[in-house]
Amino acid sequence: MNCDEAKILLHALLDNELDAGHAREVEAHIAKCPDCAAELAAQREMQRVLADTSLRYTAPASLRSKIEASLPQPQLQRQQPSRRSVLRGFAMGSAVSALAASGVVAVVLRQDDQQRVLSEVVSAHLRSLQAGHLIDVVSTDQHTVKPWFNGKLDVAPPVIDLTAQGFTLVGGRLDYVDARAIGAVVYKRRQHVINLFVAQTASTEHRPPKTQTMQGFNCRRWGERGLNFWAVSDIGGDELAEFVDKFEAAMKANVEG
Amino acid sequence: MPANDDLLKAQRFREAALPYLDDVYTLARYLLRDASDAEDAVQECYLRALKHFDSYRGPAMKPWLFAILRNVCNAEYARRAHRQHSALEDMPGAAEQTPMWQEGDATPETEVLRSRDAGVIRKLIDALAEPFKETFVLREINNLSYREIAAAAGVPVGTVMSRLARARAMLRAAWTAEEEQAR
Repeated sequence: MNCDEAKILLHALLDNELDAGHAREVEAHIAKCPDCAAELAAQREMQRVLADTSLRYTAPASLRSKIEASLPQPQLQRQQPSRRSVLRGFAMGSAVSALAASGVVAVVLRQDDQQRVLSEVVSAHLRSLQAGHLIDVVSTDQHTVKPWFNGKLDVAPPVIDLTAQGFTLVGGRLDYVDARAIGAVVYKRRQHVINLFVAQTASTEHRPPKTQTMQGFNCRRWGERGLNFWAVSDIGGDELAEFVDKFEAAMKANVEG
Repeated sequence: MPANDDLLKAQRFREAALPYLDDVYTLARYLLRDASDAEDAVQECYLRALKHFDSYRGPAMKPWLFAILRNVCNAEYARRAHRQHSALEDMPGAAEQTPMWQEGDATPETEVLRSRDAGVIRKLIDALAEPFKETFVLREINNLSYREIAAAAGVPVGTVMSRLARARAMLRAAWTAEEEQAR
């Protein structure tokens, strides 16, 4: 080892950053080189003095509170309505204002609810892909898949073979969404999996399909004949819409036929 | 209303990053040599850190924060550029071009440095050229390992070693010169 190398490595020696092999080499050089030995001693001395000096700064309290304030804060206790606004509510007619208030709450809750269910449905889709638990009953035959659900659910999910339309039925599965058992009918489009989740709902009215995206998955949701449907897949939004159109058309034909 | 996730994230961030506020502020003071610029830079650093906290994969929070602070400071250097300051990255050979001090014609008889008040030593450190000052502060004041310095500054460990050796040699020379003058 020459002096140039040693003059750099002696710092690593000081800082305990050298492995045993290199440390021995540097020490061996220093043992026979008074120049480098003196440099090491001088640097050690400087390090000692520096360590005894307070060279750090302390962040001003104002900076700390500015940063604290820029972080998302827990919602403060909602302000109690002032007496004045309560009275005004009465003045407007308590029935009307109560109705208005509950209407707002219902709308807000429903949206929250839907968002939560959507996220659960997407999670169920993800689980089915990850855990190798895509299908409980493997069959491309709707007459095998449909009866399999009997007795396992409080609904009979419509199982429709769409192979001719380009979506292959591959089987069915029980899943859990919103703390309830739910049927999942599994289709494939090329190598992409489509999970069609089916659950009972109190409302029998038709709700037109609507696509939402979450975590990169498309989810098309609609309601028909007392059932809620969610079709989830990583295929494109228009392909998923095509799937839903074909499913709905076939379902309608089944019922009427 | 911030979603629950945001609050949890903010809480994790608070616990992980705020304990290093003094460290980050210290580095900013040395890099920017100005208390109010340092304050702005640190605030910006924490804002950016929060924003990228999701992609933070650890394990060491300190070097990660320092890396962000460096970026903020580089932007500040760029802003100051027309005021004749230069960016950290711009001047690898800066010390060679403008030697601030002769590196003592090594009369290496260990001259015992007198303990001086922190103000004098801070000034000497402040006057070190970049990128040597940064390496020195990260090691000697912020107590980062070589590996952590390399990660924060985005350079190989070998570069850290040679910069540190150079920084200490320059500081010692400046210190000795200062003592001569004071005598």
